[in-house]
Amino acid sequence: MNNSFLRISIWVYLVIFFLYLLGPLVIMSVTAFNSSAFPRMTPWECLTFQWFGELFQDQRILNGIKNSLIIGAGTVVLSVAMGLAGALMLTQIWPKLRATYYTIIIAPILIPGVVLGISTLVFWDRINRMLGLGADSVLSNGIFLTVIGQSTFIASYCMLVLVARLQRYDVALTEAALDLGATHAQAFRKILLPFMRPAIASAAVLAFLASFENYNTTTFTFGEYPTLTIELAQKVRYGITPSISALAFIIVALTVFFALLNEAKLKRQELVAAARKQATVEELAGKIKLPSFFAGNMAAVLLVVFAVATITVVGTATAYNPGQCIANVKEQKRLEAEQRIQELRKQREEQRKKREAEEAEQGGDQQSAPKPSNNSGFGNVFAPNTLGGDTEEESSGPETPPSNNGGFGGAFDPNSLQTDQ
Amino acid sequence: MSAGVGVDLENLWIRFGDFVAVRDANVNINGGDFFSFLGPSGCGKTTILRAVSGFLDPSEGKVLIGGNDMRGIGPNKRPTALIFQNLALFPLMKVWENITFSMEIKGASASQRRKRADELLDMIALPGQGDKLPSELSGGQRQRVAIARALCAEPDVLLLDEPLSALDLKLRQHMRTELREIQQRVGITFIYITHDQGEALTMSDNIAVMRAGVIDQIADGKTIYNDPNTAFAASFVGENNVFRGKIKQVMGNEAMIATNRSGDLVARISTANQGKLKEGDDAMMFVRPEAFTIAPDGTAGDHFVTARVTHEEFEGNVFNIFTECEGGKEIKVSLPNLGQSFEDHTGQNITLEYETRNAVLVPAGELAAE
Repeated sequence: MNNSFLRISIWVYLVIFFLYLLGPLVIMSVTAFNSSAFPRMTPWECLTFQWFGELFQDQRILNGIKNSLIIGAGTVVLSVAMGLAGALMLTQIWPKLRATYYTIIIAPILIPGVVLGISTLVFWDRINRMLGLGADSVLSNGIFLTVIGQSTFIASYCMLVLVARLQRYDVALTEAALDLGATHAQAFRKILLPFMRPAIASAAVLAFLASFENYNTTTFTFGEYPTLTIELAQKVRYGITPSISALAFIIVALTVFFALLNEAKLKRQELVAAARKQATVEELAGKIKLPSFFAGNMAAVLLVVFAVATITVVGTATAYNPGQCIANVKEQKRLEAEQRIQELRKQREEQRKKREAEEAEQGGDQQSAPKPSNNSGFGNVFAPNTLGGDTEEESSGPETPPSNNGGFGGAFDPNSLQTDQ
Repeated sequence: MSAGVGVDLENLWIRFGDFVAVRDANVNINGGDFFSFLGPSGCGKTTILRAVSGFLDPSEGKVLIGGNDMRGIGPNKRPTALIFQNLALFPLMKVWENITFSMEIKGASASQRRKRADELLDMIALPGQGDKLPSELSGGQRQRVAIARALCAEPDVLLLDEPLSALDLKLRQHMRTELREIQQRVGITFIYITHDQGEALTMSDNIAVMRAGVIDQIADGKTIYNDPNTAFAASFVGENNVFRGKIKQVMGNEAMIATNRSGDLVARISTANQGKLKEGDDAMMFVRPEAFTIAPDGTAGDHFVTARVTHEEFEGNVFNIFTECEGGKEIKVSLPNLGQSFEDHTGQNITLEYETRNAVLVPAGELAAE
């Protein structure tokens, strides 16, 4: 009884936790496929791929992605190199100095990115002037500054990752290589680097992601090369469209893809290793070459499902034409608007009748006699105005007959309203 | 067997700050010898090995290999190969790549390397295992791969740093024989570091006994065992019973010591101390457990000890009797099992007899920790 309650609470907790964690991403991804002009999930209008198309026609976004990739690559190279050097230093340095050195190296992580950005800008500007170079020199180039600025703290992250691996390294391996005739460079390249390879790969991925998503530091250093985050931030200032959701969806999909790919690869290595342990020497040649790729490899199965899904979606996207649906939605919206106009008009009519009846009861007041006729005329005209929120001039025709209301339909369409903004 | 390349240590001192790890070591190792440094952990034997292989520079003195001073020559330029205590096989390389790493450095082709690896794998009795990873081998197999890797570099001197310490007893005994065979086959100088006197005695041509950075004695195994120079060498190599006393009278190569508990006893002065030990010196007499025999009751003299038996144990090849002298000092006696019947002496007093030539007298000194 108590036990099952505990189990249920854990499940409830897990569900809430994952909703909290993944919910925003899921909703954002879904909005990328809704034809509504504002990124939202409800009301669901039409399945559309138009936002992806718009995304790839937006030159600023594309340019931002390009800059982000260039800067990301530069940051990966610089940060991993500096991180590896720092990690080697940290493991080989005199123990008494180690704590101090560690603090110094870790400090950039603790310093706000804004400060790093400003200081990078100021520092390199001084250097640039000291060398007597102009404003168009490499030292004041946005890409150079951003790579340098981001690397100041991303290198520290890389170092932490690399130190963790390096601490498991047996220095005797380097000594053995030296003893067998290798130079220090050969020992580094043939023994230490292969050992560090997994950590270097994780550090590189970490550095790239940190660079790709960085805003605080980059905002001071990007110069004429705005990155994707900078472009997005600038865009949001003027309102967002679902094409940003589309971008988010692509990033999420790529992340999931690479995570699955990595998992499948790891699992496969595990399986191969297990197979090797069991296999005798004779079996090794035949058996290992064709390890059944999917046996016991859940990640690989998911990966294939994922790939098939992607192909299906892309295939559908090229063949699918949401035009009819969007037209339907428009028509439906128009009808809804009309219906509401009618309802409103009815209400007004009833009110008017009520009032007339009241006035009739009061009887022989001469001044109030013309009023009812005026009221009736304005009542019809202002009804659409209050609905649409348009200015008065647009629908100034006081005697517009009700049948002409259909002509205003376009003006009330939410889409056209959005574009007006 | 070729003469091989010898190694000499001349007045070698190695210090780490204030700590002296090796104190004035002088050793001549002949080419083609199997030479062991034997001592407890922390005695500086690994330090000597690292100085020979080039990972450490001596603070003073010289390391000579084949007569050439090795100062300033890095480990990758010395004609030595070291087998590490933990073997240090490259975990990401296959066995054959591990073995032929020294050839890869020199730029040999993969086919040459494979060929050589196969030869060496045959030699270490692991044919066809070249494509495995070191982690897929057993302890003994890894051991042999490490030896093959070192031999592949064709060193003049092979240095082994307690390579058998991680193996279980059976495997260790097997590898002792194997190492000795390999050494005799390839005919190069082996320098072997161990704290296991059994390994040192069974394999070595010569042994250096080390204590706290000092080399106490360099000699072949028999001499070390039968004629130790110091109290430490006597107590560290093999089991020994110690009797302390003052020298009462020196008679040529023999001397009589006065002990508190067992009266006057006669012993042979160890060769290195003959002429040095004088009357009145503090001395220690060592008698091996197997050197005692049980004498008829009532006999007494300067090579008899009377003791009370506390307990006995049967070990298979020997029968051990643990006795206590008057003063409470324990004496172990091992009688060989030749099929005779053993009386149970527990609680009784027995008289033990030794031959003078089997009792060794050395100056009083530090004993090896039990």
